[in-house]
Order: sequence, then structure tokens, then C-alpha cells
Amino acid sequence: MAKFKKKGNNDTPGISTASLPDIVFMILMFFMVSTSMRQTDILVKVTLPEATEAAKLERKDLASYIYIGAPSKQYQAQFGTEARIQLNDSFKSVDDIRDFIASERESLSEADRTFMTTSLKIDEDTRMGIVTDVKQELRRCSALKIMYAARKTEKK
Amino acid sequence: MADISFLMLIFFLMVTTMDAETGLARRLPPIPDASQKVEDIKVNRRNLLNVKINSRDAIFAGEQYISDVDQIEDIVIDFLTNPTNSERLSAKKVKNIEGFGDYPVSEGVISLQNDRATSYSTYIKVQNVLVRAITRIRDDFSIQNFGKTYADLDEDHQKIVRLAIPNTVSESEPKDVSKSSRRR
Repeated sequence: MAKFKKKGNNDTPGISTASLPDIVFMILMFFMVSTSMRQTDILVKVTLPEATEAAKLERKDLASYIYIGAPSKQYQAQFGTEARIQLNDSFKSVDDIRDFIASERESLSEADRTFMTTSLKIDEDTRMGIVTDVKQELRRCSALKIMYAARKTEKK
Repeated sequence: MADISFLMLIFFLMVTTMDAETGLARRLPPIPDASQKVEDIKVNRRNLLNVKINSRDAIFAGEQYISDVDQIEDIVIDFLTNPTNSERLSAKKVKNIEGFGDYPVSEGVISLQNDRATSYSTYIKVQNVLVRAITRIRDDFSIQNFGKTYADLDEDHQKIVRLAIPNTVSESEPKDVSKSSRRR
């Protein structure tokens, strides 16, 4: 009396992938919103120092970056192991900072220029000599707003 | 559909960074004019706290050798608030602050000096402690007067606090602290 005959086979059905695009799109949107484009390749080794009072940089779009540190491995043969300054994508000297700041300032709108911040990303093993030189040069260019980039740590 | 969005996802993972930029914001003093030069030497001795770091990363605050960076915090707070009105710590001058009234504002200046051979990590440690000291004084002031910490206040009140407790850490003219390493 096979009135209620089981239909079909008993295999477990495969997972439906119909919602996969939605999920992936959601992740994609998340990444697009929460991340920013990487602007430059960093040629120097920069391990930022730690600071408990580090505050967030308010306007990322108004920041220009100066990297200081020992050149990374593949550039050491060419540039040595002494701390060097990197502006945009190449090694520069202190004298080039003036042009760099001028061009960065040029790229901002008139109203934003006074808010331009120079973020100094300096390796913690660097000596202050080169940092002082850079700071003096920045003062001469009247780029007075600076930020010592540091990793935020919790108070011990 | 899924393939395309996967591809875009991978692309974004590769080319973007997520790290939030953090750091210690500072303002450099403008280059003094030739005519201005005479004036700024005239800071009263009692109003000046010298924090020096030498080439071996030894720290001095005032004339005192500091073995632990965190000690500076108390020295700075003591120096700026001067609770006992000591003759040797910073003087106060009553100023009228808009929206608040008269308040004795400290005239103390902290001058941070370092050597060319000072390591950057020590320098940042000291900078950090100085910021922390100022933040603590501001927080004390805010809680006393407005019942909230400085960070929780609104813009107008923050301005009052900033006027009452100015951030007077000066990035002084570069000067080599230890004589031995001069002219290298």
C-alpha cells in the first residue's frame, strides 16, 4: 500500500549560492567605505613609536607625509643604512622639502591651506639630528602644523 | 555576478589600507623675525621649565636627573599649577576669559631641548608625557568647573579650558645639550 511514497532521492541538497553575490557585495561595500587608497610605496623602514596620548588625524585629505628611517633591505646597497627622508616615491634630501611642501600646498584649495598638516612618520630608531633639520625646514616653509605619527597604546 | 564582485573585493583588499592615522599633533613656532629676537629671551627664569634629553637619552627636568619618564608628568603638573604658590615655580597672571571670568593663568613655559644624537623614541616618550600632563591639568580643571572631562566638553567650553590652561610646550630652537657632540 504505497500511498505515501517518498518522492525524489534522499541526498542532502547543495547550499544555495543565490545569495552569494549579495554577501560579497556587502563585504565589498564595507571595504570601500572603511579603507583608503594606499598612496605611496614606503621605501624606508618605519616602525612608529608608541604613545598613549596619540590622537586621531582629523582631516586625512589635508595631510602630507614625510617618512624618515633607514632604507629598507633592497635599497640599502644603493642608499646605505643611514636614516633617509622619503617624500612621495623617492629618497630626497632636506632641501627638497621646500618644493614638496609648496606642491602639496598648491594641490589644496585656498580655504584648506591653513589647515594643512604634515605628518612625520619617523622610525623610532632614528636620531633626532635629521628630525631637527626637517622641523627647521618646515618652519622656514611655514608649514607649522605637524603631527608626530605614533601608534596609540593603552596606558600601562 | 559573484565572480565579478569577488574580483572587486580582492582588488580593494590589495590596494587600500585601513590603519587610522594617529599621532601627537604639535604646532611649530614660526621663524622669529630679526626684530623679534630680543623679546623672547626675556622669559622670567621661574617661568621656564627646561626639559633636556642628551645624546645618551638621559633626561633632565629643571636641574633634576629623571630616571623614569613618567616622573616628568608630576613635575610638569606641579610646575604649571603651582598649588602652593611657590616662588620657584611658575607665576600666575589673572586673565579675563570670555564666558568664564577671571582665572589665574600660569605663565610657565616648558622648553624641550634635545641633542642631535637623541633617539626619536625617547623624544616621543617625553613629548607624550608632556601632552599627558597638560591633558591631566585640563581634565582636572574641566571636572572642577564643568563636571566633565575635557574630551567630553563641547567646543565653547573646550575653548575656555584651552585659554585657562594653554599648551605651552615650546619646540625650542635646536640647541645641542651636550657639548661633546657639537659639530658632528
